Amino acid sequence: MNGYRNRFAMLALQNAPLLLFAVLVIVFGLMSDRFLTPVNFLNIINQSSHIAIIAIGMTFVLLIAGIDLSVGANMYLSAAILGVFFVGMPPLVAFPLVAVLGLAFGAFNGFMITQLRVAAFITTLSTLFIGRGIALYFSGNKMVPFSKDVLTFGRTAYLGIPSAIWVFALVLIIALIVLKMTTFGRQVYAVGADPDAAAKAGINVRRVTFAVYCICGVCAAVGGLVSGSQVAVASSTFGFQKEFPVIAAAVLGGTSLFGGRGGVLGTVFGAVLIQTVENGLVMTNANPYIYPLVISVIIFIAVFTDSSRTTVLERLERRKIRVEPD
Amino acid sequence: MSAAASVSAAPAAGAPLLEIEGLCKSFFGVEVLHKVGFTVHAGRVLGLVGENGSGKSTTMNIIGGVHQMDSGRIMFGGADYRPKGPRDASKQGIAFIHQELNLFRNLSIAENLFITEFPKLVPGLPFIDRGAARKRASELLAAVDLDIPPTTLVNRLSQGERQLVEIAKALGAKAKIIIFDEPTTSLTTRETDRLFDIINKLRQQGIAIIYISHILDDIMRLCDDIVVLRDGNLVGKALKADMTIERMISLMVGRNIDQLFPPRDSAIAAGPPVLEVRNITQRGTVKDISFSLRAGEVLGVSGLMGAGRSELARILFGIDDFGSGEIIVNGKALTKPTPTVCMDNGMAFLTEDRRAEGLMMEAPIDHNIALSSLQAYAGGFAHKIDSTRLNADVSKMSASVQIGARDIANTLVKNLSGGNQQKVVIGKWLLREPTVFILDEPTRGIDVGAKNEVYKIINRLAAGGAGILMISSEIEELVGMSDRIMVMAHGEIRATFERGAFDREELLRAAMWDGIRSNAK
Repeated sequence: MNGYRNRFAMLALQNAPLLLFAVLVIVFGLMSDRFLTPVNFLNIINQSSHIAIIAIGMTFVLLIAGIDLSVGANMYLSAAILGVFFVGMPPLVAFPLVAVLGLAFGAFNGFMITQLRVAAFITTLSTLFIGRGIALYFSGNKMVPFSKDVLTFGRTAYLGIPSAIWVFALVLIIALIVLKMTTFGRQVYAVGADPDAAAKAGINVRRVTFAVYCICGVCAAVGGLVSGSQVAVASSTFGFQKEFPVIAAAVLGGTSLFGGRGGVLGTVFGAVLIQTVENGLVMTNANPYIYPLVISVIIFIAVFTDSSRTTVLERLERRKIRVEPD
Repeated sequence: MSAAASVSAAPAAGAPLLEIEGLCKSFFGVEVLHKVGFTVHAGRVLGLVGENGSGKSTTMNIIGGVHQMDSGRIMFGGADYRPKGPRDASKQGIAFIHQELNLFRNLSIAENLFITEFPKLVPGLPFIDRGAARKRASELLAAVDLDIPPTTLVNRLSQGERQLVEIAKALGAKAKIIIFDEPTTSLTTRETDRLFDIINKLRQQGIAIIYISHILDDIMRLCDDIVVLRDGNLVGKALKADMTIERMISLMVGRNIDQLFPPRDSAIAAGPPVLEVRNITQRGTVKDISFSLRAGEVLGVSGLMGAGRSELARILFGIDDFGSGEIIVNGKALTKPTPTVCMDNGMAFLTEDRRAEGLMMEAPIDHNIALSSLQAYAGGFAHKIDSTRLNADVSKMSASVQIGARDIANTLVKNLSGGNQQKVVIGKWLLREPTVFILDEPTRGIDVGAKNEVYKIINRLAAGGAGILMISSEIEELVGMSDRIMVMAHGEIRATFERGAFDREELLRAAMWDGIRSNAK
């Protein structure tokens, strides 16, 4: 009896974001006739691309029960360097270079965490400030305009689909393959489920940990690039506090903050859900000052769902001493 | 011993595979293994029995590479064997199936089997060949008679099925020796039978099995050779034909109680009941637990690991919930106990794991002792703590429990010995003047001198009119300290003994009831 109730609770918890999404679409659809249109939905996906890309990287980190608070700073630093130093470069050279910069940023996080054994929270909190600090220094505290090439990239659509969505799709496919089809991907889940057991099973836990922060770094830089190509300039608030929607997207999509559970498809859904809310608020002419409030309520729901889910799971999996007939 | 070459291929049944000689091991100066030696044969099952703390786990952890031996020699297949770690041991062909299984519940069976070495689509590239993994996994599962798709998540498997997956993993790693540590404690009878069938099959394939269990009936049913350990010494080594359950039990006990235990005046134990427990039942944990604890009484709780003793304690102190039953403390029924409610009603609980649950390691002694009593010293408008009175009482308490540190305000608890840490926890609770004190393994991991002091504190507390529920895995300790001992097994109370009628063999028999029901009766 108890088991059924738990299982029902589990089902509701697992599908909470989906329910939320359905409710939001209906509410916004009723409030604005521009909301429920194909153009608007393509627009939502386009606008959510950069968050989704970064959240895909974040998913890797969350899957091993880690955290990366520095993604927004990484975004800003990558964009600032692109705008200040890579001005004359052809995009085919500049864009990969930006990704490498992001990789280096993530590798620094990974090095601090795995080699110097600094807690991930503290490491990435400090690199958040370091990253923004360096970016502000390079940009001379001014707006950084992007080159024409970057803007062209941002405005181009291939087969009617904006370039941002293409990048987003590419990152998603690569992430799916890595997570589902490689030994490394499976080991990410193993480390997140139980790092001690993983070490005992012969998995190099440190290497896996280092790698996920590198992946997160690359994704943050690519996200910065995509976002930069859309907004044309990197102001000093570029990427500011982006870690919140990014983590919320992953958690809303079912990735647990406690590691081992979730995946990138859910994350993508979470990112789209958040953008849907912002878009809906715009469409319904809501007071801009309540945006953060609404977003934070959604983040709260995401985190609350995650911890409830963990509690229910723990109850389901508590060790039994007596074997009782069912 | 000259079988070095032949062993690696297909060991002849009965050939010595693992020879252990003069194995010694000490932890922090305390010897836990003293010159233990025995031989494991290919195609035979060796049963290893002994009380809690007799050195079984240490021996197996050395073989499994978790610990290193201090001295002695292990020959594996005729060659010197000294594993650098668990990974090394498993590479050399030793598989250790722990009581707490080492599987990733969020992954599928196949993924668990190949988590370190998946079959690849193209050699050299990182892509997993899922088809090949499934096929290999199916073969391994067939070898353990488990007819479940390898893509099933481990989460969905029963405990018995998970165990079979572990065995399949061992087979996949080409294990020559498989060690089982209490494999049947959480299995149903049918699952146990199935496990034994598989073990018999493995034996026929020439794999050596080391089987650790408290269930002596299973040992007799399954094993070819039996080794008995007591206090880190080998006290019996025989073929099954030369061993009986009765003899195993008498080999396992048989220690003398020395002067470790201060004398107790049992005449005091006649006060009114301070804790009455009626028919406490929680599905999957404990069943129908009823007893009453009187003022001034020390009630010992005996039982094997996993008998449900700590779980009962957690329920009594309101940490875990229970399905039905009644808990009455000092005449008052606690309908929805929480730790706070229990404490307000005069209960105290010394947990099994003082490091994790009982102490603030980074804080000084006095802060720790004061922690649970702060409210009693706070008063007035802002609930300001009366630190003069508190400090005086804390100092008095620290002296009374004889913590061996002079400066209680500046000595951090993490720098204390295990024994002194335990006294800090006890002092913390005593400051609240509890009338019901639940002690879960109060002397685990502390030295003999400190043990004696803890015993004196317990006696003093009982003499002062508190009722004490003492859970312990050391039968000697219970016999030496208790007025009454109740024995638990499988979450139930199996027997209760009054002081004067304590018989260690009887106690052990009650705890191992399952193991002797068919043979000894």
